[in-house]
Order: sequence, then structure tokens, then C-alpha cells
Amino acid sequence: MEFVQLLVVGLVTGCVYALSATGLVVTYTTSGIFNFAHGAIGMLGAFTYWQLTVGWGWPAALALPAVLLVLAPLFGAGVERVLIRPLHGASVDVTLVITLGLLLFLLGAANYIWDPATSRVLPELFTSGGTSIAGVNLSSQQILIVVVAVAVALALRTLFSRTRIGIAMRGVVDDPDLCAMSGASPARIQQLSWAIGASLASVAGILIAPKVGLSSIQLTLLVINGYAAALFGRLKSLPRTAVGGILLGIVVEMYPVYIAPHVPGFSTTATELTKAVPMIFLGVLLLFLPSARLRTSTAAGRIAPTVPGLRQSLVGGVGLVVVAVVLTESLSSDNLGIATSVVVLAIALLSLVLLTGYSGQTSLCVLTFVGLGAWAMGHSGHSVLGLLWGALLAGAAGALVALATARLRGLYLALATFAFAKGMDEAFFYFHLGAGQQLEIARFRLPGIDTSSASTFFLLCTLVLAVASVGVLAVRRGRWGRQLTALNDSPAACATLGVNTTVTKVAVFTVAAAMAGFAGGLYGSSRGIVTNNDFAVLGSLALLLAVRVGGINTITGAVFGSLTITMFPEIQKHVHGLPDKLQLAYLLTGLAAVSVGRDPDGLGGQFSRLGHHLRGLRTPPSSSPTGIPELEEARLVHS
Amino acid sequence: MSTPSLDLDTYVPHVDHTYDPRDPEVALYVDEVSVRFGGVQAVSAATIAALRGQVTGLIGPNGAGKTTTFNVITGLESPTSGRVWLGNEDVSALRPYKRARRGLARTFQRLEVFGTLTARDNILAAAEFRRSWSRDGSDARATADEIVERVGLSHVQHERVDMLPTGLARLVELGRGLATRPKVLLLDEPGSGLDVAESEALGDLLIELAKEGIAVLVVEHDVDLVMRVCDRIHVLDFGRIISIGYPKDVQADPAVQAAYLGAED
Amino acid sequence: MAAPALELRGITAGYGRIEVLHDVSLSVPSGTVFALLGPNGAGKTTTMLVASGYVRPTAGCVHVAGTHVNRVAPENLAKAGVCRIPEGRGIFPNLTVNENLRMFTYSSPFSTSEVQEKSFARFARLGERRNQLAGTLSGGEQQMLAMSRALVSDPGILLLDEISMGLAPKIVSELYELVGQLAQEGISILLVEQFARTALAVSDYAAVMTGGRIAMVGQPADVADFVNEAYLGGAA
Repeated sequence: MEFVQLLVVGLVTGCVYALSATGLVVTYTTSGIFNFAHGAIGMLGAFTYWQLTVGWGWPAALALPAVLLVLAPLFGAGVERVLIRPLHGASVDVTLVITLGLLLFLLGAANYIWDPATSRVLPELFTSGGTSIAGVNLSSQQILIVVVAVAVALALRTLFSRTRIGIAMRGVVDDPDLCAMSGASPARIQQLSWAIGASLASVAGILIAPKVGLSSIQLTLLVINGYAAALFGRLKSLPRTAVGGILLGIVVEMYPVYIAPHVPGFSTTATELTKAVPMIFLGVLLLFLPSARLRTSTAAGRIAPTVPGLRQSLVGGVGLVVVAVVLTESLSSDNLGIATSVVVLAIALLSLVLLTGYSGQTSLCVLTFVGLGAWAMGHSGHSVLGLLWGALLAGAAGALVALATARLRGLYLALATFAFAKGMDEAFFYFHLGAGQQLEIARFRLPGIDTSSASTFFLLCTLVLAVASVGVLAVRRGRWGRQLTALNDSPAACATLGVNTTVTKVAVFTVAAAMAGFAGGLYGSSRGIVTNNDFAVLGSLALLLAVRVGGINTITGAVFGSLTITMFPEIQKHVHGLPDKLQLAYLLTGLAAVSVGRDPDGLGGQFSRLGHHLRGLRTPPSSSPTGIPELEEARLVHS
Repeated sequence: MSTPSLDLDTYVPHVDHTYDPRDPEVALYVDEVSVRFGGVQAVSAATIAALRGQVTGLIGPNGAGKTTTFNVITGLESPTSGRVWLGNEDVSALRPYKRARRGLARTFQRLEVFGTLTARDNILAAAEFRRSWSRDGSDARATADEIVERVGLSHVQHERVDMLPTGLARLVELGRGLATRPKVLLLDEPGSGLDVAESEALGDLLIELAKEGIAVLVVEHDVDLVMRVCDRIHVLDFGRIISIGYPKDVQADPAVQAAYLGAED
Repeated sequence: MAAPALELRGITAGYGRIEVLHDVSLSVPSGTVFALLGPNGAGKTTTMLVASGYVRPTAGCVHVAGTHVNRVAPENLAKAGVCRIPEGRGIFPNLTVNENLRMFTYSSPFSTSEVQEKSFARFARLGERRNQLAGTLSGGEQQMLAMSRALVSDPGILLLDEISMGLAPKIVSELYELVGQLAQEGISILLVEQFARTALAVSDYAAVMTGGRIAMVGQPADVADFVNEAYLGGAA
């Protein structure tokens, strides 16, 4: 009987995933943009509903249509108009930055409006009642969820097959230009799909909130689990998406009871994996994705600022160390600790410059590698070899991720690294660094150097940053750097010139992860104590966006990213009236990302362009003339 | 490699242009390749032989399947059926980079340059790729300098390629291909975007490359260029090879004229 | 005299930094068929894209029935009677034939059932396959479906871009039969063709483009000689 009961619970959970995933697929197919903020929109819907009902005492019968039929669709349509429509024709990378930025911004905004320190409960829509069918107990809420899911499925089916606008929505998927030629505006259709998407995300949020509680991060991440279902439908088939959602729901509920305890010898580990099941599901689906063709030309508008020469980078490195020496004289030991964090994080972010900036591989899991490095350090006592173990462990993890994702690029690579980060978050860091499990990390010792002194340690880390920066720039100027840039500019051309792109990709992933792991060791040593919150997936997103804002292909970008993310909480401490610690970082980073995210080179690129402009140099065009579709028209024939 | 002069009055329409993939003269052999995209037959049983030391032309109206054929040859696209032979070896199962290492290079109609690198660095990168997989210890920098000179890019070698006009960017792709020292070179519309003088220089270069023993297969719309440099021409129409022959024969072939101008009423 | 159905004056246009059309002017008098010929890459399709609002000219102006329309969005031009049948297949492959026809009602004065009636009357084969996905139709049937839009949208100006591309000669002549019929009904047509002979047979005026410029304009007979030269280097 327990089996049947679990099956039913799984079905209900699955319906929520299916609802969320359906909204995601509708927006993705019509606009071609994967909405990473979908989960956050669902969260926002649930909070708004709470505000109307619990906060202001509206009856559910009024609040529900207000949220689902008015506010959420208006919000979705507004997002489409302001953020999405101008992205027409943008690269995957840009759309990623914008929607991730929106995700962070919404989280920050929600935390600002609804102080996370206050606990809130969203009651179920029907608190009483319930029934028992064939011995299986069903609450009214569970029945409601199934009914809503079926109703939504039927409504969408009718929309897409019976109404002209619905048919036009499918038409846009086929060919937006042809839609316009027929007189149907693709922009309006896209806007409608975003309105529907926001509404469906909100339904999922409102239905699941009573079960998981009204926590902005929890809700966002939970709705994100629906991404796995969307991928099951290959991001295009709604029926398959629904099946994927229900399958996922059943697997999630069955796993801890029927699978985990029965894994011989590893039942503890298997049980720890429970929360990561949706991400493992997502990862497995990505593994079986049909192989994408080697394509995608240059991202338009990449300016890739001029790479400093050896002399210039050495001068910069020395300058950095000099500034550090001056700082050690003037900063208090508390502030030196913060400065050390900035420096150490910048080393980790240099790995993103190499991986994402130079070679174009999106990674949403930088902090996972940092965390692995810190964890290794924490198990190495005072030995400086801990740094090496950290680098090796993280490097090995990076190699595995790269091998598993060898065939993936763009959106799918982003999703895979996201799944890896979130899975590690939930299955590894939660159990090994989570509540009550903080890892104490002893500072390593070096002969002749007093690493326990704050200023010495700071100088040491700065030295590492300087060397790493000079090294990364040297790589960029050298043979391997040319190869990475070439891989970024055109994978197809690389392959036809004899480059095994898989080997290159695994190599750069390994090196970048090892760098992050090494930085993780330093991070752990400088902090003394780390917890799972230090390496959360949302932190990785914020860091990536901050580096992107600063300029992902520059050293400046890495330093900028580290500086802003580290300094936000510090600024907050000194400004009155700002509550929770995380929100400013999310709010501002998200805002910055959605505002400058369209420029692939970030602020670094804009400065570089300004510099070129001032020096009267020609600047590369904002959209690259190469790779435009109708290029054959540009041909000149001499007869 | 001048065009064999044929007297049109004594012209025999069916010179045998069939080859065996194992013929040592054949550097590239496309063996009855077909490609279907969804419901569209892009290429149907196309057979093409490119010979060592010759420039082979592949022409045809828009949408005839020329670029798709190039993608199949280089392994970027899988054919629905058919095989590809490179230097008498069946390479159909090999991934693109392995084919390149066996001496196949190409350019792209829709440019695939390394836009953020300079023209010289594009070519240098390719020379370095070649050195790393062939381990022949060649001097990549010297190779790059020599090729920059040869394809006529000296004056713009330090410009970023996405700043260059299309015509020059095409030359960068050509130079990049040459830097891998190919046995077979596929050129997808190398002449488009070039002015008359540049186009003439390109023609001379292609003839020269063929003289050095490279099998050059070129897709080109500039009829003058094609007629001047090609030893043999294949005409592709609706994905089928409708004519193979010497330039004059192809030009006189009624089937080719119908493909370009429409059927005579 | 009525304003020309379509007039391009001194159009310069391109993609990014690449200029494709240089000072192109042409005029399609109301009720006539105008053939635009020329080799690959001459700028014919770009001319069509300018006329239908997809590419904004950097200089010059576009007039439809005497109205300046340079900055009008493509879907609004479509509703105003500029009907373009694009190169390749102008159909939605994952919609059924009936659903495709329903899409056409966005720019048609007719209801869905009238649209179906008209196109099935002209192309009986489409009626037999009305519930089939358009992507599973043969190339000829797909082009017939695309041409149905021209049939039901009562266009002020019809832009046909290489409707014969990739089709067997028999189907091409069937399609051109429809073009002739539409012309007789008084619909103004600008058509781009690779097959010069086919196009010239139905047109009142013709122009040849090379290198992004109009190389010559004239009566079909005069243009015919010029074309052989431009396409096949004079051998034909």
C-alpha cells in the first residue's frame, strides 16, 4: 500500500513539475530564449499570492485570479517587452546572462520586500476535506493539484489546436519571419507566450509553497527542478514534458524509500543523494541528448579587448603587489581579512576568464570547484600540500564534467554545469559542510613565512594572484591561448583544421577547475571555517554575472567581480536600514547584468572601446559582419 | 593547367569522367552521397572525383546542395547514405578533425574565421594546429609568414579579422587551410567579395596550388573565374550531378543551360 | 494614371557594414508583372526584403501604391497588402495544411472556410491532404500551399521569390500558370527568378541585376539576350 501511496504522492509532485516545465517550454519554443528566471517568477507569484491572501486578507477566490490571470501575465509580458524583445538575434550567452540576471534580481527584490527572517506560511487552498480512494489517502490540495494540471493541459491543447493565436504560436516556432509575412506579429505572440509562462510558473509556485514553505530560495530552486522535465520534452514537446514531470515526481518520491536504502554498501551516500535526484535526472537527460552539430559562428559584437603584452602584464602584477604592501600598512586586521577574500576569490574568477572568457565554455559551477578545493584543504591539516590536493581534486572533477558534457555547448552546457553545481550543493556540500558540519580549516604552514599573520597571508595571496594573472595573460598570448580563442570563435573551423575539440575542451576545463580548486584551498585557509552556504549554486551565478559585468575576458573583470561580490555585504553592514545580508549582492548584480549583459564584453569592453575611441583608433563593429545569414547576397559578380 | 581546347564541332558529349575511388590519381572521392533534411532531399547520390594536381569546379544554382556536400566531405554533416574517400581511404566514419589530419582543408561560404584574432594569428593558429598533430617540427611562424605573403594579406596581417572586408576574410580562411598543408583543399566561394584584380590573383593562386599537387575543389559563382581555373567541372542541380566535363563542354551542355535559365519552351 | 503598385527609389541597403544594394530604383506599374533577373548574389532577394520591410534601406525610399513605407513593420506591410512568398518553402512545416491556411487569414479579407474553399478549388491536391502536416508534403505541394497565400490575400503587390527553386519543370509550369492567372486578374507582381526564360514568358517588364545594381531594364525580349551573357559568361 505504501507503494501506491508513494506513487500517488509522486504523481502529485510530478504535476507541479509538469506545470512549471510546461510554462518554460512554451516561452522557450516561441522566443528561443531559455528563461532561467522561470523559477524566480514562480517564487514571486507565490509570495504575491501570500501577500494578497494572508497579508491583506483577500479571499482566495479573488486573489487567485488576480495573481494568475492579471499580475503574473502582466509581469511576464512586461519582462518580454523590456528585456527579451531587444534580445532578438542575440547569442545564447547573452540571453543566459540576461535571464540569470533577472533570476538574481527577483530573488534580491523578494528578499527586500519580504524579509526572509520573518517566517511565513502559505495555507493550502483547501485545508479540510480529502478523500480515500482504494485505500490511498488524498488531501484536497493533492486532488486540486491534479485537477489543475489536467485543466491546464486541456486548456493549452485547445489553445494550440483550435484557436488562431495558438496556431500562430506554433507557427512562430516554425518560422517567425513567415509569421510576420502572413500578418501575425511575432513580437506579440512571443509576449503572449511569456505571459502564459509567468502564469504557469506562478501556479506551480502557489501549489507547491504550502508543502515546502515560503522561502524565496527554496521555492526558486524547487521550480527549477522542473527544468529536468522540460528537457525530457527536449524543450519543445508539451506532452513529453508532462510525462517527464510526472516521471520525475515519481522518481523523486520513490528514490529514498525504494532505491537509496538498497544500494549495497553505499546506502548512506545514496541517501545523501536524495535531494539531488532532479539534477541527476537532468544530467542523465543531457548525456543522452542527440549530438549537436559543430556550428555556431562568432558571437556578434565580441570586442575581446587588446591583450596586454608581457611587459605590461608584469608591470601590472608588480603594481598589484605594491598596492597590497601599502594596504597592509593601512588596513585593520579585520579589513585585511576582507581584502584577502577579495584577492582569493579573484584567483578563482581568473579561471572563468580562461574558461568562459577565452574559450567560450559557459560554467555555472565555479564555486563548486572552489568548495572542493576548500574541502581538500580542510582534510590536509597544516600541510601546504592541501592546496595541491585541492587543485587536483577540483581538476579531476572539472575533467569529469568536461568529459560528460563533451558534446554540449551554449544553453545545454550551462544547464549541465548548473545541474552539477546544484547537485553538489544538495548532495555533497549540504552533508559535509552543512548545518552543524562546518569544516574547520587550519592555515597551512610554510617554512620561513609566518602565514598566521594577516598581513603576510594577504601579501602571499596577492602574490599568487599577480602570478596567476601574468600567467593567464601569457597563456592568452601564446599557442594555447590562440587555440582557445579559435575554439571560441569557430568550433567548426577548428575541427576542420585538425583540432580535436573534445581534448581541448577537457584540457581547459581541467586547468580552470584546478585553478579554482587551488583558490579554494586559499579561501578555506583564509576563512578558517567554511559552510555549504559559501559554495551555493546561486553564489556561482552571482559571481559569473559579476565577472561578465566587469568583462569576462579581462583580468579587470575577475577583480571587479570578486570586489563587488565580496564588498556588498560589507557595505551593507555600514549602511543602516538594510536587512538581510545577501539581497544587495543579488539585487545589484542582477540589475547590472540585465542592463549591460547585452554587451558580451562587459564594462571592460566598454572601457576598452572608449580608450580606442579617445586614441582615435578604429573600433570593431558592435555587430560582426561575418556570419550574417544573407551573406551570399553580398557577393559581387564580375561578368 | 590550361583548359583543353576543344573544337565544338567535333565535340563528343560523353567523355568518360568516371573514376575509381582507389585510383591513385583520385585525391577525394564522394561516392553516391545523399543527404535528407526532414522532408527535403538536399543531395541525391552525388558522385564527385577531385584529382591530384587539378582544380575541380562544383557549380550549380542557389540551393543546389553544394555547401551541404562540402559539409559531408569534411564530416560536419552525416550523409543519409554514401561514402567519402580521401586519398584512397574510406573516411566516412571519421570525425572532422581526423579527416583534416589526413590532409583535408576547407573554407566556408558563411565565414568561420577566428574573428577576434588578427589575420596572421588565424593562419599561425592553423600552422600550430598542424604542427601539434603532425609533430613534424615545422616552424609554425615561418609557415604563417610565408602564407600571409602568398595569399596577399601582408598589408592587413595585423588587423583583427572581423574588421576585414568579406573578400579578405575569405583569403584568411584560404591561408588558414593552406597552413595545414592539405592534400585536398575545398573552397566555398573564395572569389565572392573580391575585386577584379584580387579575383585574378586568386585564380592564379589556385592554378599554382594545383601545380604543386593539391587537389582543389572549388564552389564558385563567378563564371569567368570558374572557366579560367577549372580543369573539370561538376554541375549540381537539385542535389544531383547533372553534368561533368571540361569547362567548354559543361558550358555547352543543354541540361546545364536549362538548370540555369529554365527549360526552353 | 494610378501610382505604381511598388516603387523603389535610390535604395541603398545591406547587412551591417556590408552594402548589398547600391542605388537601386525600380517601379512596378499597377497591374503588371515585373521580372527581376540576375545571377546568384546579385541582390535580388535583398531587394525583395527591402520591399517587404525586412531590411531597412540606409538610403532611398520605398513606396507602396504611392505611400511612403520605409519604417513600417513587416507584419503591418503584410496586412496592408504587400504579400511576399519567400525563397524556399513559405509554409509552416509543423502545422497541418488547414492550420497553414488559417494562418493566412491574418492578412486575408476572407474567413477560414473561404480561404480553404479558394485554395482547394485551385489546388485539389491540397484538399486531399488538408489534415496532413505541411512538412510532409512534396516540394511541389508545399509551394502550392505557399502560393495559396497569394491567392487568398488579395494583395496590392505580390512579391514572388524564386518560387521554382528545387521543383520539377512540370510543377514549375503549373505554378506559373497560376502566376499568369493572377496577373490577368490585375494583381501587380514583382518576381525574382533564376530561370529567366520561364519568368520572361509571363512578364510585362524585366530588369537584370548584377553586383547590387540594376544593370538593365526593358521589355522581356530585350532583356533575354542580356541575360545569357550575365549568367553563363556568354556561352549559351
